[in-house]
Amino acid sequence: MNLKKKLGSGLGQLLIPLIALAILLLFNLFRDPGFFSIRIAVNNAGNRVLTGNLISIIDLASELAIIAMGMTLVTAACGGQDISVGAVGAISGAVFVKMVQNFGGLNAGTFVLALLLAILVTILFKMFNGSLVAVFKIQPMIATLILYSCGRSIAYWINGDATPQLTSPILTAIGMTIPGIPVPTPIFLVLIVGILLALVFRFTNISLYTQSVGINQGAARLNGINPIAIKLLSFALLGVCVSVSSLIGISRLGQLNHKTLLVDIEMDAILAVAIGGNSLGGGKFKLSGSILGAYIIQMLTTTLYAMKVSPENVKAYKAIVIIIIVVAGSPVVKEKLTSLWKRLRSGAAARKEAA
Amino acid sequence: MSDKTQVRNRRREPLTDAQLLMTISIGIFVAMYALAMIFMGGGFLKAQQIFDILNDNSYLIIIACALTIVMIGGGINISVGGVISLTCMACAIFLNAHLGGLSIALSLLLALGIGLAFGVGMGFLVSYLEIQPFIVSLAGMFLARGLTTILSVNPVKVAHEGFLELVKAKIKISWLGYVAQNGNLIPAKIEIGAVVAVCVVILMYILLRYVKLGRNIYALGGNNQSALMLGINVKRSRFMSYVISGLLSGLAGFVFLMHKPAGNASVAMRSEMDAIAASIIGGTLLTGGVGNVIGTFFGVMILATIQKIIALSPLNASWWQDMASGAMLGFFIILQSVVLANRAKKAQK
Repeated sequence: MNLKKKLGSGLGQLLIPLIALAILLLFNLFRDPGFFSIRIAVNNAGNRVLTGNLISIIDLASELAIIAMGMTLVTAACGGQDISVGAVGAISGAVFVKMVQNFGGLNAGTFVLALLLAILVTILFKMFNGSLVAVFKIQPMIATLILYSCGRSIAYWINGDATPQLTSPILTAIGMTIPGIPVPTPIFLVLIVGILLALVFRFTNISLYTQSVGINQGAARLNGINPIAIKLLSFALLGVCVSVSSLIGISRLGQLNHKTLLVDIEMDAILAVAIGGNSLGGGKFKLSGSILGAYIIQMLTTTLYAMKVSPENVKAYKAIVIIIIVVAGSPVVKEKLTSLWKRLRSGAAARKEAA
Repeated sequence: MSDKTQVRNRRREPLTDAQLLMTISIGIFVAMYALAMIFMGGGFLKAQQIFDILNDNSYLIIIACALTIVMIGGGINISVGGVISLTCMACAIFLNAHLGGLSIALSLLLALGIGLAFGVGMGFLVSYLEIQPFIVSLAGMFLARGLTTILSVNPVKVAHEGFLELVKAKIKISWLGYVAQNGNLIPAKIEIGAVVAVCVVILMYILLRYVKLGRNIYALGGNNQSALMLGINVKRSRFMSYVISGLLSGLAGFVFLMHKPAGNASVAMRSEMDAIAASIIGGTLLTGGVGNVIGTFFGVMILATIQKIIALSPLNASWWQDMASGAMLGFFIILQSVVLANRAKKAQK
């Protein structure tokens, strides 16, 4: 009984996204069992890799999953969302490419240096957002609107060139696969970021502090938690996530396009947070829910592409599925369904007694 | 305390936060425009410049009003840009298919109908099913943009002659005009859309200030629980705020079509964010309960004037425009926050 309760409380939030995922999988199973086939093929770089829809879903959702984790933290601490992640990702990419060009080439040393610099710059930009939110008490959406509208222009200005090309075995290893390992590398990056965050939460109180700041900032402050520091920390962690995602985005294409790198990812990331059952008003959160949300979104997109829906029209179908998922997760609908279920059960019991 | 001091206190009643923010935004607009007149001269000395700003941004004024009413109620609606693109496309296709004179009125009805449908749908989901407004309107935006491309991926130009006459129709005011170099008097020109936008602002002002529904929306945005205890039908009021905002975004789509007579999938891209920014600059708070459409109007004017100034300045490359308007937006937002924080401190003393 106790165990059941424990499981129930842990799963409660994840129930709806898990059901949504299961329905999507079942739908694909009935539509075309070939959707699930996974085989080994040779990719452009000449490596033997696993290919198939499922692998590509998990692979392509990597950027979104990583950013969704950071977004969950910001949402939990600040009760609002950062809409500048795509634009700041473009800045991070621009800094990375610029540094690589300045170093004169890409090898292990310059790669690490350029990446660290890009992460540093991204954290600085996120600190700007974060200080507007934490110190000046501006709504997160408005505070990040500034970089949302001019971030890509800053990226363009940093680079001066529309689409600088970068080819290097290191980038191929990050964007596609490491020779000898048949699984796309971005999947491992999601795992690494996820495990690192999980370890941080396991061995520090950051998770608890973040939730308490999100639930009641005043009470948290009176208990000796510094809300400003917690909010800034959540933005800094989001900055790291954005930088890693931006690196994956650049590595995939082998070029930097400031207009299309991580474009529209902010909306999908917020969506992933919400589909994962997290409140957009802050407070309690579950990283696993947001990651699940990211995979659901990518699964939906890939399914629609597999059904030969043109890329322009995907949005409309996506909207309908999103509405169905959020309606199913809505508290009012849940309550109605539970009371209906109870009435059915009591009716059945009454009939049994009568018989 | 005697009666006399009470009366005096009432007389000295300070501005509310919303009024203060609105006053700041009007002040900034006037100061900015005056500076532009002094340092840039040229176009800014003509009355036509202000009418141009109105003509180009009439749709933005309308959707900013649509957002203000939703934001006062504590919600948000980011589907407005999508609804504009959908109504533009639908009306353009409809006008090209039916060339009769009546079809202009019908296309207006079509635009309002599309807006109403989105408003009713989103209002139902937000207020009766209690789903987070951001997600609902995000889905609304996806749906509207997706439906636009399902209607047509390629731009559709309006070929309806009666409608094109309407596009060209302008109200001319000769005494506000200027004398061109060849000695001809060029009157100031105002598009119909701009007049509609100003009417919308006035109507919304009356609605929010003097009509019961408007007061209810303020109440529920300020404090949902107390509004409920006061006996306000919170759900219905919130629902109505979305219906009105949907209707206004449909109207904005029609006004946009009267300004640029073509349906296009990328029309009004990111305009929802401009509308939110304009509302915020005008003194509306995202947390609800505070706001004013007059301030929103000046918020749009500030954003548009910034763009105009930068477009006429030497830094007219597109990335400089974005960066400068971002910097100015940041400046206003911080200024507002500092002013409000100072007031709060003074109030505590």
